[in-house]
Amino acid sequence: MPDTLLTVQSLKKVYEASTGVVEAVGDISFEMKRGELVCIVGPSGCGKTTLLKCIAGLLRPTAGTIDLNGNRVTSPPPNMALVFQEYGRSLFPWLTVRGNVELPLRHKTLSRAERDRLVDDALVAVGLDHAHKSYPWQLSGGMQQRVAIARAVAYQPEVLIMDEPFAAVDAQTRADLEDLVRALHLDRGMSILFVTHDIDESVYLGERVVVLSKSPTWVQEDLAIDLSAERDQITTRALPRFTELRTHVYEQIQRAKRGEAVRPSA
Amino acid sequence: MTLYTSTVITPQRRSRVWSKIGENTAYALGLPVLLVVIWGIWATLAPAQFFPSPTELVEAFIDTWIGPAFFTDVLPSLGRLAIGIVLSVLIGIVAGTLIGLNRWLRELLEPMLEFFRAVPPPVLLPIAVVLMGPTDAMKIVVIVIGSLWPVLLNTIEGVRSTDSVMTETARSFAVTSMERLRFLVLPAASPRIMAGVRQSLSIALILMVISELGYSSSGLGFQIVYFQRNYLIAEMWSGIVLLGLVGVLLAAIFTLVERRVLRWYHGIKEVERA
Amino acid sequence: MPQPEVSGRPPAMLETHLIGDPVTVTADAPAIAAPRRRRQRRTARKAALGIAGILGFLVTWQLLPALGLVDPRFFPTATETLTQLGQETRDLEFWRNVGRTMTAWGIGLLIATVLASVLGTVIGLVPFLRRATHTTVEFLRPIPSVALIPLAVLMYGYQLQAALIIIVFASFWQIFIQVLYGVADVDAVARDTARSFGLSRGSRVVNLVLPTALPYLMTGLRLAAAVALILAITAEMFIGNPGLGREIVFAQSAGNWPTVYALVIVTGLLGLLINMVFRAIERRTLSWHQSVRGEDVL
Repeated sequence: MPDTLLTVQSLKKVYEASTGVVEAVGDISFEMKRGELVCIVGPSGCGKTTLLKCIAGLLRPTAGTIDLNGNRVTSPPPNMALVFQEYGRSLFPWLTVRGNVELPLRHKTLSRAERDRLVDDALVAVGLDHAHKSYPWQLSGGMQQRVAIARAVAYQPEVLIMDEPFAAVDAQTRADLEDLVRALHLDRGMSILFVTHDIDESVYLGERVVVLSKSPTWVQEDLAIDLSAERDQITTRALPRFTELRTHVYEQIQRAKRGEAVRPSA
Repeated sequence: MTLYTSTVITPQRRSRVWSKIGENTAYALGLPVLLVVIWGIWATLAPAQFFPSPTELVEAFIDTWIGPAFFTDVLPSLGRLAIGIVLSVLIGIVAGTLIGLNRWLRELLEPMLEFFRAVPPPVLLPIAVVLMGPTDAMKIVVIVIGSLWPVLLNTIEGVRSTDSVMTETARSFAVTSMERLRFLVLPAASPRIMAGVRQSLSIALILMVISELGYSSSGLGFQIVYFQRNYLIAEMWSGIVLLGLVGVLLAAIFTLVERRVLRWYHGIKEVERA
Repeated sequence: MPQPEVSGRPPAMLETHLIGDPVTVTADAPAIAAPRRRRQRRTARKAALGIAGILGFLVTWQLLPALGLVDPRFFPTATETLTQLGQETRDLEFWRNVGRTMTAWGIGLLIATVLASVLGTVIGLVPFLRRATHTTVEFLRPIPSVALIPLAVLMYGYQLQAALIIIVFASFWQIFIQVLYGVADVDAVARDTARSFGLSRGSRVVNLVLPTALPYLMTGLRLAAAVALILAITAEMFIGNPGLGREIVFAQSAGNWPTVYALVIVTGLLGLLINMVFRAIERRTLSWHQSVRGEDVL
């Protein structure tokens, strides 16, 4: 199987708002290999969410192509799972936790036992097996996001896309969830594309950090994170190398915000 | 009932529980009992021509309705009401879903639907009577046509305004259209649909009464008018009270059903309010 | 949390929108704004379809009796009916009847509004009264006001007062319930803020309670206006006081079917008009308040 999972080529997205034409995404190109955890950061309003929605097939790009596994993405591909930031609006409140995790599996040709196994497995992986009969709104924000993650995991996608999933969650819970994502990545070899505005989070989580410029967005830098695969909230964040990397990313973002970075000519 | 809680809950003492129950009952029955007592005293001191005393009313109620009249008048009326409600809810939801999901159909029909909804339902009665005769079928048709609109329009509105994030979630997981309808669109629309059903119930009850007021030879509404025309005041009032009870019963049944169907919705409201 | 734009307390009920109301994001729309051209085309198409729908209805209506698919004696064609409608508008008596109906509607609505606002505010502000009246309210509310028609006829015969009893009884509850919940819906944080700043009770009522309750009142008013029209016409039909409802019954017993349908259309138009006017009023007062109030009818 080829090593490259996702290829984004010269992606451009333009749309008309009431105030005029907005070029949300200018020219984005990058690749993602199978089994990588890639983080995308950028200044606010740089079109990160638009980029993700194009990759997820929910929006049609104005120009450029996206290929998943060699197949052109024009509509939501079947082997991709999404975790949104607004877990409250993404989970279905009339279904239990179990019901929510199970829903995407219903149309897959699986036996009942197999489906239950996947659901149980996912719930255990996120630490929510005791809550499977509860409703999402009975749970805290962090737990709800875990349900959304479990739903994505049970679906067994080739690539998991997460759009600022922990932005609406408190700091302590965020730390737990970050470790959960790393665990899923390491234990299951999941390919994860993680969008965030939190610079520390992007360096802590990612094997690569893609820094986006401000609008019209292009890839300002593609940074490799050479921290070890075993990471820990306390020790890793105290490493000098961590500090170097995060400072570097921070500086890049500041340059992006000031519009100082020069776009390499096409 | 959040799982995420650190507060400790201790059960209440038994005496407190009983006094609480007593308090609630007092509030529930206090004013009604007081009103009945005042009414009784007033009726004894100054009997009014059109207002019977409580005892007269109760007697009339028992005499009139507990007996054959129950089967010849009350049950058929309630039966027509029930059939009418069921039909209007079914048609409303099915048609509403179809129209709500098809943008062009909705835009085509919307002006006419808004107009039909604005027509006061009772005006259909003289038309229906002549077209179909004073039959049971006519009364049911009137109930259905009159009470259809709230359910229909609310379903259309509920079905078309599904949350965009939820829809994107479903699409990103490649959930099929039928599954989306069953697990996303309809449940998401159910609060709105239930709102429409509640309105439909009120209209259906009104139409049931009206359809018997002028164009009938039996039924609850008919009987009340009969009593009025024959100056059987207490009996007339007993009929009104019975209609009130029917209304209350209908509301109670609806509340039970709604609470069951919208359990999740009320749950969210509770959590938000907390 | 999911937001099917919903109110708080009155049995959390939702509204249908009139055409042209701002639309929430639809399931079939892409997640971003369409280019201006496409948007303009969309509104044009919507108007065109709407008009097509109306035309289609009129054509069907014209054809059904013309082709004999329904009995043309009882079902005049669209042109006959609309011609009759045109003639009615030239008849002074027609306008007098409209006036009579609207008078009954207006007076009934006014009485109901005053009674319901006052009672609703007083009871809503005093928790003891709320609890004490709860069962009585829940019992009286579902009584269909048409059940009182025989009583009204006994007491007042075929006059306006009889109709007013019916109209007021039904409209009252719409407004009363809304005001009750509106008065109770004062935001707890706002209330604590007012108290901590030492606002007197009266000042709190004026500055906090009344503005909070106002949108609820407007919603109640809109609902009551619709109900009042229905009952005004019903009263005219079954009690017999002069007005459009009575004319419909007369026309029907005289077999004058074009008039019957013409008047039915008039009542529909009146209903639409009232709905639009009150919705506009409601939206004005609601403009600062995000959520839409709930509704409970008849």
